[in-house]
Amino acid sequence: MTEITLNVNKKEYRLTVSEDALLLDVLRNNLGLTGTKRGCEVGECGACTVIMDGKTVNSCLVLAVQAQGSEIRTIEGVAENGKLHPVQQSFLEYDAVQCGFCTPGMVLSAVSLLEKKAHPEETEIKEAIAGNLCRCTGYQPIVKAIKAVGEK
Amino acid sequence: MNIIGKREPRVDALGKVTGAAKFADDYNMPHQLYAAVKYAEFPHAEIVSVDTAKAAALSGVQAVLTAKDVPGSNRFGLGGDIRILADDRTRYLGDVVAVVAAESRALAAQAIDLIEVTYKELPAVFHPEEALKEDAPKIHEQGNEIVHHKLRRGNVEQGFAEADFILEHRFTTQAIEHSYIEPEAALAYPDEQDGFVVIGSLQNFYTSHKAIAAALDLPLSKVQIIQSTMGGSFGGKDESATMLAARAALLAQKTGRPVKMLNSREDSIRQSYKRHPYILYYKWGCRYDGSITAMELKAIADGGAYVSMSPFVTWRSVVQATGPYHCPNVKTDLYAAFTNNNFTGAMRGFGSPQVNFAIESMMDELAEQVGKSPLAVRLLNGFETGSVTATGQRLNHEVSLKHALLEAASASYYGKKWAENRLTKNKSNPIRKGIGISCAYRGVSLGAEGVDAASAVVYIQPDGSVNVSSGIIDMGQGAQTAMSQIVAEVLGINLNRLRFLQPDSGRVADSGPTVASRGTIMGGGAAKIAAENVRAVMEKTLREMTEQEQADFLFENEEIFLKKGNGKGKRVAGFDEVVARCYAKGRPLFASGVRHIAETNWDEETGQGDAYFTYVYGANVAEVEVDTETGRVDVTKFYSVHDVGRAINRSMVEGQIYGGVAMGMGYGIMEEFIQEEGQAKTLNFDEYYIPTALDVPYMKAIILENPDAKGPFGAKSIGEPALEMAAPAIANAIFNATGKRILNLPANLEEVLLGKKLRRKTPRASVSCKIGPL
Repeated sequence: MTEITLNVNKKEYRLTVSEDALLLDVLRNNLGLTGTKRGCEVGECGACTVIMDGKTVNSCLVLAVQAQGSEIRTIEGVAENGKLHPVQQSFLEYDAVQCGFCTPGMVLSAVSLLEKKAHPEETEIKEAIAGNLCRCTGYQPIVKAIKAVGEK
Repeated sequence: MNIIGKREPRVDALGKVTGAAKFADDYNMPHQLYAAVKYAEFPHAEIVSVDTAKAAALSGVQAVLTAKDVPGSNRFGLGGDIRILADDRTRYLGDVVAVVAAESRALAAQAIDLIEVTYKELPAVFHPEEALKEDAPKIHEQGNEIVHHKLRRGNVEQGFAEADFILEHRFTTQAIEHSYIEPEAALAYPDEQDGFVVIGSLQNFYTSHKAIAAALDLPLSKVQIIQSTMGGSFGGKDESATMLAARAALLAQKTGRPVKMLNSREDSIRQSYKRHPYILYYKWGCRYDGSITAMELKAIADGGAYVSMSPFVTWRSVVQATGPYHCPNVKTDLYAAFTNNNFTGAMRGFGSPQVNFAIESMMDELAEQVGKSPLAVRLLNGFETGSVTATGQRLNHEVSLKHALLEAASASYYGKKWAENRLTKNKSNPIRKGIGISCAYRGVSLGAEGVDAASAVVYIQPDGSVNVSSGIIDMGQGAQTAMSQIVAEVLGINLNRLRFLQPDSGRVADSGPTVASRGTIMGGGAAKIAAENVRAVMEKTLREMTEQEQADFLFENEEIFLKKGNGKGKRVAGFDEVVARCYAKGRPLFASGVRHIAETNWDEETGQGDAYFTYVYGANVAEVEVDTETGRVDVTKFYSVHDVGRAINRSMVEGQIYGGVAMGMGYGIMEEFIQEEGQAKTLNFDEYYIPTALDVPYMKAIILENPDAKGPFGAKSIGEPALEMAAPAIANAIFNATGKRILNLPANLEEVLLGKKLRRKTPRASVSCKIGPL
């Protein structure tokens, strides 16, 4: 077991974790942040996407000990002060949500993209979410929703 | 109408964008145990003995169960043959011989490795045509033929004799993994009254309910199923999810503690059923004018290890096997066979994607042979209102097939592009453009498969806020929103008054499965009746309030008006005021509604009858770019036209279309669940590819509305139609680009380039490693 500190959604946590614990498991099981989803555990589906030190990562591919000292943003930290993030708002408006299982990861990939580039092109949006699999929407409403945020 | 047809935001979307939505694996309880499974080690073997002693002795292990520990019925499903725990034999590698509950997931996995099973290996069969041979190893006592559906109409011999020429092809389609992004999960726990609660991602929780109660040997009333928010299903979380939930419940019963059972992606793909692969032999008698004198079809579906939905899936194929085309002489024989592959069952489309691929490819071949455009031969042969189908059913509703075809063709400039692509044979450029068209009709809901009834409950609370519940579940398609819109329309209230309650086995009467694109037409129909029933109570109060015994009322924008002819008369009261009056008079506003349609019939011997109470029609156009050097197909644009009867929510109908097209495109060019000697080779998304944002084309959804008398506000279906004709549109576009006819799905690189699939014989990493939960 190892002691680590994590800053998750602007809150400091001191945790004791096993060496093989995944960041995904620590977020879900130790912190109860179940918005981060377990989909494939091999880094293919993107359902477990979180933003770690400004970059999107698959939290199933990051050991908790590797995240030591990092700042992590999960879906629970996207809306602030009871107000939805423009990406979340846009997802509602453009009907970009169906079953919702990919949505947290999708939203985080979009948030991260828009923080780097406020007005992304459609191709850039598609590239940014290419690591987030969605089986329901055909992606088109998601791309539109993200594009609309950039155009506002 | 005020709310029907609007692009209302989904009632369930907010919690999904914030992460608040709770899926099955998000539920945990104190003192909870974790379960793991012991897999079959041979695709076909007799189980001689199972030694669980070492596993049970491991510290932290609370229970190890095998089939003999199941107090009630270990078998369930349509054929009564799916084992919760393998008993006599293993029949595919996803069979589970034993389950363990332990204090942690890792400990449970460790215990699994200590279970020793002695097998007597049996000869296995993996190909459905082999399985139907007389000397094939028998997988079940009754033999390997699961079902043989027949359809006989007219005289095919005579039809072929009258033909100018014969068109014949053998097509194959592949197994498909549903690929819901949420793997199956369930939490089972004992309740305070000697019963059990199961929270799970279960698509058809009424059937799960029966199987689980029977396994625990408890009455239905003592087992409560709570439907968690579902991360997709597409037909896939029926028996597979039931197996998982039943195993968790058995362990909870044994240990008296909550048990969490969670499939890893590998568990999910290894255990779950797939879309049926088909082998289809089509033979058409054709005339030079492009008409069809006879159709003969023999098809064999790989049913895998258990019956599952094979009889119903193949039945739909039989009904729709001629496509939406006139043909006086039809002979169809459809078989499903047991093999030692993963069993196959319900998946979006349910027997239509396979035949549609073949029929629509045949139709293009016919056009090619007679020198007409593919659009022209479809318009020549296509159904119209009043047409009689191959099953002898007269289509008395608005048959919009040709309208859909013309819309798809005009939106895409199909005729012009089709002709140009044929002429453009610039040999120096390896990238060739193609455009393809397809169309289909589809029987709505269950049809003559079974009892078709659904229930809903509307409860207007004393403060005027409304709870709606239904036995039709939302797996992401938007059923809750559609039903909420219907209720809000009937009551003339805003959508924000409504809250949809998660389905629960004790809350609403058995509504059958949420399958067959029946959610809106049946669940929505039930919700409409429930809302009308509750409105009738309000109307009684309103008649007293207005002292007009014969008055009719209009419920609109949160207010109630007297009806004046068909228009709006004097305002009577606000919605809340009437609700308060009702409660003051001792009339609680709580009502259920049942929608039951029984207007189908079927003759098994001849395949004649009114198969479905109504049908939907659609047409697709795909544009592709084919790299003739590599065989790579890029789908660039897609037009999808569907007559949905009435769009309850336009955004959601479009959402179904986009998602259906993407999934249909996966079927057409990318996806294949590969098994070799029963061993799955595509166990996770690193080997089973589904379309990403970079793969999908620009999609144009076109909605046609011809309200149907059977549907709520005229609404019919969209879920499955959206998918079922996409693959042949792409295959036909590939032909337009290259002159190569795709006979085997998917049209991946080697199929397009070589006309066959290449198979790597060496084991892949994921197969040579031992597979099991973490």
